[in-house]
Amino acid sequence: MASRLMALWDWFDSRMPSVAEEWRKHAAEYYAPKNFNFWYYFGSLALLVLVIQIVSGIFLTMHYKPDASLAFGSVEYIMRDVPGGWLIRYIHSTGASAFFLVVYLHMFRAMLYGSYREPRELVWIFGVLIYLTLMGEAFFGYLLPWGQMSYWGAQVIVNLFGTVPFIGPDLALWIRGDYVVSDATLNRFFALHVIAFPLVLLGLVVAHILALHDVGSNNPDGVEIKKLKGPDGKPLDGIPFHPYYTVKDLMGAVVFLAIFCIVMFFMPEMGGYFLEHNNFVPADPLKTPEHIAPVWYFTPYYSILRAVPPLFNSQFPGVLAMGIATMILFFLPWLDRSPVKSIRYRGPLYKGWLAAFVVVFLILGYLGTKNTNVWGQFPDPWDILDTKDVATWVARACTLVYFLFFILMPWYTAKDRVLAVPERVTV
Amino acid sequence: MSDQQKMDKTRRNLLVATSVIGGAASVGAAVPFAASMWPSERAKAVGAPVEVDVSRLAAGELAVFEWRGTPVWVMKRTQEMLAGLKPIEAKLIDPKSEVPQQPEYAKNEYRSVKPELMVVIGVCTHLGCIPQTKGADAKAEMGADWTGGFYCPCHGSKFDLAGRVYKGSPAPTNLVVPPYTFVSDDRIVIGEDRETKGA
Repeated sequence: MASRLMALWDWFDSRMPSVAEEWRKHAAEYYAPKNFNFWYYFGSLALLVLVIQIVSGIFLTMHYKPDASLAFGSVEYIMRDVPGGWLIRYIHSTGASAFFLVVYLHMFRAMLYGSYREPRELVWIFGVLIYLTLMGEAFFGYLLPWGQMSYWGAQVIVNLFGTVPFIGPDLALWIRGDYVVSDATLNRFFALHVIAFPLVLLGLVVAHILALHDVGSNNPDGVEIKKLKGPDGKPLDGIPFHPYYTVKDLMGAVVFLAIFCIVMFFMPEMGGYFLEHNNFVPADPLKTPEHIAPVWYFTPYYSILRAVPPLFNSQFPGVLAMGIATMILFFLPWLDRSPVKSIRYRGPLYKGWLAAFVVVFLILGYLGTKNTNVWGQFPDPWDILDTKDVATWVARACTLVYFLFFILMPWYTAKDRVLAVPERVTV
Repeated sequence: MSDQQKMDKTRRNLLVATSVIGGAASVGAAVPFAASMWPSERAKAVGAPVEVDVSRLAAGELAVFEWRGTPVWVMKRTQEMLAGLKPIEAKLIDPKSEVPQQPEYAKNEYRSVKPELMVVIGVCTHLGCIPQTKGADAKAEMGADWTGGFYCPCHGSKFDLAGRVYKGSPAPTNLVVPPYTFVSDDRIVIGEDRETKGA
């Protein structure tokens, strides 16, 4: 039997040797640094969540109806009447939040260890493109249940494009396909969510991984393992991705899936953060909910949008700030002028700025889930202020720090005191 | 190609020209796809004016009518409410309605044809949410100097009882006054100008 199987494999391999070749190139003989730590789980977990989302999404489309008069009902139908439908929907909705959580941690890892630095700029750029595509994908998907939050969230985001000078109103009209968010909008968002953006996402993921495997993985020491090779031509500090890291990542996947299942079975709404309460009310174009906020993964940028006051009778500055806040990530590889990559060998200046960045990102994220009056108002003597909401001013300060982290980076990374980087990785 | 071989310029030019034309054709082929995303003829047809009856509005009451899929507010303001519009002008971005967010005939201190009847599109000029009515009694949440108006739950924009936006709101302009005309004392046609009707 075994020899039969071997013969079959030989038959296949002699006709299509590229399968074995790619396996060696990307797994069995892909040499990854031997000092990967906890932070290196999130890349493979992101891939896992992508698969979960595609599979659960396929089965949701079998029952969902992209029609403004039927959409909300079809989601209720999935939840109540489709066998196991509730499970598939909760997999998909929990997966959406898990995707962003994993991607945020994956990006933070890159910032900790300088994984975006030369020669991995393209890996980082493809990564940021994945992140932006993912935001689009999540936004389109959020309209589909046609609840109040779906509707008003889409209304607000599409109108963001309407603030672009000159072409804005036409652009928003073109995106909606109607004068208000309507059936036409729902139908096209469905198409973009299930076909267009997933295809783009898959293409970008392939590019991200190919670019990574061409230059090789970074590691917590920020040491280039390709510089020191043994007589066999393999990096001294490298170990083959398979079986070492396939096993490690499987371990991570098991822990991740356990947490995923706890959330999915016991708290799929996550107190209104994963599935917002207002989205259990059908979309009503004539009534905006009392409290409207995006899902948690958009809230830091939403806070930046709210924090910037209008200028010259236009809301565009806020929209622009929000756009730049995401686009500025592309420039990170060139803003960082430090002679070292990893946080382990950086000085107090960078550590301080990175800590401040994390803190303001979290504060902005928190404030984005709340109304602007959540922290009350300044007392009356402060009449010169354009708004007396304390939270708005906190958000403004945080927005400033967010941008200063990037704008001042060339200066503080070059000036910072750094430690000597070892020749080889430390374990 | 080895160094000895000379590049055939004619063939190269032909290749470049073919690529350019082919590229232009692909861009051209995208046009019908992009064009298909504009509002359909059916969507454009649903935009006719609506006639509404305001006779049953009580003093201070606000009624919502749907026009082109958006809510239009008609509010019968009391004398007290109208009197409250003047003293707050310093706190507004555009108290004189300089920005053309209203037809010419509504560019006055009450932003209306009849002083007591406010007609505005109830859609926040920030990002399109629908503001909530907050009466003068909502001082606890809106601040001690609040004299009544509208509050947008999305991003906290504030408007007075003429739809004029307060300073410090993310919304940059006053609420839009739609074209409207009185066909009788109690009946308004929303979406139709006096001018267009008279002509």
